[in-house]
Amino acid sequence: MPVSLTLNGKPVTLDTGDDRRLLWVLRDDLGLTGSKFGCGIGACGACTVLIDGKATRSCITELKAVAGKKVTTIEGLATGDKLAPVQEAFLDHLGFQCGYCTSGMIMTGQSILNANPKATREQVAAGLERNFCRCGAQVRIIDAIADAAKAPTAGAQK
Amino acid sequence: MTKRSDGSGAAAKGRRQRTLSEAAAEGRAIAARDAVERTAYANAAALASHDSEQSAGSGEFGFGGTMRRRDFVSLTATGLLISFSVKPLEGMARGRWNPANLQRPSPDFNAFVHIGADDRVTLLVGKIEMGQGVMTSLPQMAAEELNISIDKVDVVMGDTDLCPFDMGTYGSLSILALGPVLRAAAAEGKAVLMQMGSVKLGVPVDQLEVVDGILRSKADPSKRVSYGALTGGNRIERKVDGPAAMERVGDFTIIGISAPRRDAPAKVTGKAKYAGDIIPTGALHARILRAPAHGATLKSVDTSKAEAYPGARVVRAGSLIAVLHAHRDEADKALKLVVAEWNPSPSVLDDKNIFEHLEKHAPAPQTGRPRGNVAEGEAAAADIVATKYLKGYVAHAPMETHSAVTEIAADGKVTVWAGTQMPFGVQSQVAQALQLPPAKVRVITPFVGGGFGGKSVSNQAIESAVLAKAAGVPVRVIWDRSEEFFFDGFDPATVVNVRAGLTREKKITFWDYEVIAAGGRGLQEFYDIPHLRTNTRGTWGTGSGTLHPFNVGPWRAPGANANIWARESHIDALAAKAGMDPVEFRFSHLAGSARMATVLRTAVEKFGYKPKAQAAKPGQRANVGLGVALGIDAGTYVAGIAQVKLDRATGEITVERVVIAQDMGIVVNPIGAMQQLEGCVTQGLGYVLSEEVRFKNGEVLDKNFTTYTLPRFSWVPKIEGYLIANNELPPQGGGEPAIVLMGAMIGNAVFDLTGVRLTQLPFTKERVKAALG
Repeated sequence: MPVSLTLNGKPVTLDTGDDRRLLWVLRDDLGLTGSKFGCGIGACGACTVLIDGKATRSCITELKAVAGKKVTTIEGLATGDKLAPVQEAFLDHLGFQCGYCTSGMIMTGQSILNANPKATREQVAAGLERNFCRCGAQVRIIDAIADAAKAPTAGAQK
Repeated sequence: MTKRSDGSGAAAKGRRQRTLSEAAAEGRAIAARDAVERTAYANAAALASHDSEQSAGSGEFGFGGTMRRRDFVSLTATGLLISFSVKPLEGMARGRWNPANLQRPSPDFNAFVHIGADDRVTLLVGKIEMGQGVMTSLPQMAAEELNISIDKVDVVMGDTDLCPFDMGTYGSLSILALGPVLRAAAAEGKAVLMQMGSVKLGVPVDQLEVVDGILRSKADPSKRVSYGALTGGNRIERKVDGPAAMERVGDFTIIGISAPRRDAPAKVTGKAKYAGDIIPTGALHARILRAPAHGATLKSVDTSKAEAYPGARVVRAGSLIAVLHAHRDEADKALKLVVAEWNPSPSVLDDKNIFEHLEKHAPAPQTGRPRGNVAEGEAAAADIVATKYLKGYVAHAPMETHSAVTEIAADGKVTVWAGTQMPFGVQSQVAQALQLPPAKVRVITPFVGGGFGGKSVSNQAIESAVLAKAAGVPVRVIWDRSEEFFFDGFDPATVVNVRAGLTREKKITFWDYEVIAAGGRGLQEFYDIPHLRTNTRGTWGTGSGTLHPFNVGPWRAPGANANIWARESHIDALAAKAGMDPVEFRFSHLAGSARMATVLRTAVEKFGYKPKAQAAKPGQRANVGLGVALGIDAGTYVAGIAQVKLDRATGEITVERVVIAQDMGIVVNPIGAMQQLEGCVTQGLGYVLSEEVRFKNGEVLDKNFTTYTLPRFSWVPKIEGYLIANNELPPQGGGEPAIVLMGAMIGNAVFDLTGVRLTQLPFTKERVKAALG
């Protein structure tokens, strides 16, 4: 059954089996490899995308679950040529090392800000509790997202 | 001194809105001028063509720097190419550093520096970027020596066709060992260009200066010529194997600044490519049938249902049985249709009885350089403390599982993109597996999603190559998380037995130390101890043959986490026995190491550490405990103090604050060094508080993050790092030092609070509760 959705602002219809996992449709079928495979069970957060603005683990999400919804991946977070404030903040604070968890951290951060554009440092940290960064960039990731919360357009929903 | 406190982490540059193209310019050198592997991306680009902006962007970023062979040939057809060789560090070409003896004989050329007619400098190094930041700091070192701005320096890393041989990226050696080579190569490049410039301008060398890649007469700056103009049109090659005159520390303008990380733009936009992101045309995912336990053997297998799954193929190659499918999630489903029966593993070991096994079966001791006579020292002891310390197996658990893709061209040339710390080792292994000369195999290392030592073995790359050959199509192997836990070369379980004694004057008189299965890293002694013996029974490199039920291998500062935990716990126990404050006690044994005394003093001052009124009594600090630890790792001296809280009802330890002071010689990139320090503290929380691999009869019971818990955001303390300026010393290792202190700092802090000594890592809630009684 073909599934229609809005992907990074553009309508797409995908006829690849509606029980396929969103992560692998994005990566293998669409070449959007910014979302990463980390655990396959929704436990680490590397595959996080936004569905209607809310952080969702794409590795355990079936394609049919996003029918008619707005899906945003890391590739679609910038507006045209402009990075989102949360991406800017990751650059400023160097909120990464190896970078593999980074897309998921940024998308989770955007989701936190979508829900609460004035999120405090503590609220940001709490919102990241289910994401893992093995390199140990946690302090800078929190700093980055908390700093992005100060930007006027932090919560502009994607 | 460089300082960063929690919360002040913005990079040096001010906050401003960047555009994507500006971000791309910042990160341009990553891609070594837009030279991505177009064949590999063609498929992904075509698939992504519903959104042309996305595919257009990828060429600007690429990954850890590679280029097509013909680009390299044309790049180096003209210009100045400096090759620099260095003898390998003693012992590194053999033994544990080169376990299968697969590496090429060294010495070889370790760094290439190319200066082109376009005034751009290209470094070609065999190191890889796995988050540690050398993609930025190595160009800094070359730019410094060449007197050229860092944004004119490109870097190509970890490509066996383009880069000179390199043993691998491990041991905090990129800056420590390769740095001087690269600096010397760059310095030689500058010296050659000065000579040429002198002839061209008719000005003696000593009257020339270089400003951002332009030579000019000091007396008449209008007499000038650029590096590129000097080399233009000519091919000049120099091979150097001696020292070259290098910039003096006092003249540094690029080394020592927090240059922007080159990988940053690609990593915040999702464009950074890892091995699993490379999708050659027609590539299939492979999911490989795996034994349920180490030592289990295949009794029977029926693949007929998997073969019938739409789009799936079953391929057998050697001992591998794999299900191939264009889509990973469907390959997963098809693999589940394979019905296999297994003979059970003969292993009877588990995570409880392993310590007894290790003590019984570890190889005979090797005694490190002893001091004095332990029996004599023991005779002089008024008090003796003897303790057995235990530590379980710890997984690397990088967020990127072992991943690789192999494509075999029509002419037989094999290209492997692999997430590996040892591209040249993989090249040899793949060549061996496919029975090809190494020159027919090219290994390209994209960004690596964390390594920590765990990607020094890269069997996934061999699997992808063998399957690609058998299947006749490019094959992607991306290990599942359970495969990652199963095949990881864990940090070994370790037993440490320490006996040590004090004189009536509260001085350590003897130290008798035995370490089983961890090797001797971290045991470089800096305390004043007259009689000392260190027995090492097996190392982390000792194969899995009989000692361990699965693979073990190097884990960030291999062996040192166990050794320094045990040593510094025991020093603390002796301080308590002496009735002395643990900081005072340490100072009283540091007369022979001024450098260590300085880092300890710095940590004490920055923390604001105060001895307790009654040093030997637990508590007294308003419900917190403070723990101190010292260590040397990769030439860096490090001291740390941790503050912890404890929930006695649950046994849960909370680390509230960690102060680290380290002397790492010249600091090449302060923010990069600080990121490594913070990473050490944060990652270290895991092996101290929660991480331990559970296993039984060859089965690894931890299969995912549901039972194996990595440090979470809520665990992370306030981290304060202090880098002590020591410009007398070349840059030392920075990737590992602070992590070695974590066990002892936290354990000693719990002792400070409770008077209870924790002797088994990790300090899980259950163990802490049991220890508190």
